[in-house]
Amino acid sequence: MAKNILETQDLKAYFGNKQILKGINLAFLSNTVTAIIGPSGCGKSTFIRSINRINDLIPNFRIEGNIIFNDQDIHDKNVDEVDLRRKVGMVFQRPNPFPKSIYDNIAYGFNIYGIKDKYTIDAAVENSLKKVALWEEVKNNLSQNALTLSGGQQQRLCFARALAIEPEVLLLDEPCSAIDPISTAKIEELIHQLKKNYTIIIVTHNMQQAARVSDYTAFFLLGELIEFGKTDGIFTAPKDKRTEAYITGRFG
Amino acid sequence: MNRKALNNFWDKLFKLLGITSISFGLLVLLALIIDVIIDGYPRITLNFFKSFPSRKPEMAGILSAWVGTIWIMVITALISIPIGIGAGIYLEEYAPKNKFTNFIEINIANLAGVPSVIYGLLGLGFFVRYMNLDRSVLAGGLTLALLVLPVIILSTREALRAIPSSIREASYALGATKWQTIRNQLLPAAIGNILTGIILAMSRAMGETAPLITVGALTYIAFLPQNPVIIKDSFPFMGISFQGLFDPFTVLPIQIYNWVSRPQKGFITDAAAGIMVLLILTLIMNSIAIFLRYQNQKRVRW
Ligand SMILES: Nc1ncnc2c1ncn2[C@@H]1O[C@H](COP(=O)(O)OP(=O)(O)OP(=O)(O)O)[C@@H](O)[C@H]1O
Ligand SMILES: [Mg+2]
Repeated sequence: MAKNILETQDLKAYFGNKQILKGINLAFLSNTVTAIIGPSGCGKSTFIRSINRINDLIPNFRIEGNIIFNDQDIHDKNVDEVDLRRKVGMVFQRPNPFPKSIYDNIAYGFNIYGIKDKYTIDAAVENSLKKVALWEEVKNNLSQNALTLSGGQQQRLCFARALAIEPEVLLLDEPCSAIDPISTAKIEELIHQLKKNYTIIIVTHNMQQAARVSDYTAFFLLGELIEFGKTDGIFTAPKDKRTEAYITGRFG
Repeated sequence: MNRKALNNFWDKLFKLLGITSISFGLLVLLALIIDVIIDGYPRITLNFFKSFPSRKPEMAGILSAWVGTIWIMVITALISIPIGIGAGIYLEEYAPKNKFTNFIEINIANLAGVPSVIYGLLGLGFFVRYMNLDRSVLAGGLTLALLVLPVIILSTREALRAIPSSIREASYALGATKWQTIRNQLLPAAIGNILTGIILAMSRAMGETAPLITVGALTYIAFLPQNPVIIKDSFPFMGISFQGLFDPFTVLPIQIYNWVSRPQKGFITDAAAGIMVLLILTLIMNSIAIFLRYQNQKRVRW
């Protein structure tokens, strides 16, 4: 039975005195894909970076309101953020591979969890690289430094790295922005399959992509949630004039 | 003159000035080094390294000086490197950013610029007198450790700060703890720069004279600190002794200083030979630093 695995209640976010998010109420059903769309600078990254508490690392970042994950407020004293981030994986907007080998990039998530078994890690490396359609390109160079990969390859490696440790929720911040159409198609196909086991939130500037991969769509504008609903509905009959203008490309 | 010719003139003039000043600097240095080599070369024999200082210049050697220098450098390194790196990590990664830590930061930067003789006075007051360490090699090593500590802290912080925050975020996002992130991502990425800073600080410390004279290093010494490794004739055949830490000592620059101030001509030769040894040691350490930096630059960067 579908339930809300994740929910934000009147979420406000600030960098210093600057308010970025102005009270976002959103709920995410488990095993669904939700697309977040909106013009540049409207707070999409800030929103999803709040969910795994990565923004909490930035000194002048501040949050109000609640984020409920598995019926628990993620800022609750009992919640361990390390544990939270294991369950809520993330692919960042800018690829950020470690300056280590391709293999070590993926093995890292296992090492820090105390998993040393080489067979397990080898299998995870191969599987996750296959899922993101990178295996064929790198299978003979797994010891190559990840920073020598192309931008799109790095992006897929970071996706594989997040996937390998099998979180419950995947936050994808423009995961295809530097990837060619063929690999993009494979990633979209992957997102379809991942829905069986994961809840996915994907930020994208590509309207076709949002329409293709997502079940729900949220439209952000200047830190506000303008419209949220089934993707079919949003793209065929948006309720808000601003949503319509944005998805038809008349502004943004 | 038209504008272009004028510009040309200034360009040429400046180039000439630059070349003149750089050749002046290099020539003076070269002259000094050649002079030292000519003076000192005949004294560079095995005996020079195996002999204690002596009243006769041709018998005198640097045994107590180079052994003392090694003692001092090892003590300094063992104390200042772990504390310096630890403090650097704490300040950069753990400490909250507020007025108090800001104050500490500014003071560490200031400490790096304090004249070394001041550290000598501190060492004299605290280690020699208050802690009763006397004029021991331990007191000398501790004093130099204080001297290089700010430099090591600063270079650790610089090295950590040069790592983009996206690397930290990537590590945390995979569920790493702070310590795991530091241990597995930040330190390996920063270690090249940290080591370079440490070696440069150490090679500077090696040439320090003033603070060691202040804490009472001797200028004439005909025995060595007790060897820390003691050979025994029964099982386990070896022992370790820390007694040497409390013995008096001298170091290369002090020995050189001592010889230079003597009237006999032979001691000038000894001093020149000592300077050669010190220069070569410094050169080796600086080359290691340059090599490490080069290795570091060769690595792929984010
Ligand atoms: N670390 C930061 N410090 C201060 N302000 C920030 C920081 N990160 C983001 N901002 C501000 O927050 C606002 C929203 O940024 P955010 O990255 O969330 O936008 P976005 O919707 O993801 O845009 P894009 O589509 O271009 O990625 C911007 O105005 C930006 O200037
Ligand atoms: Mg963004």
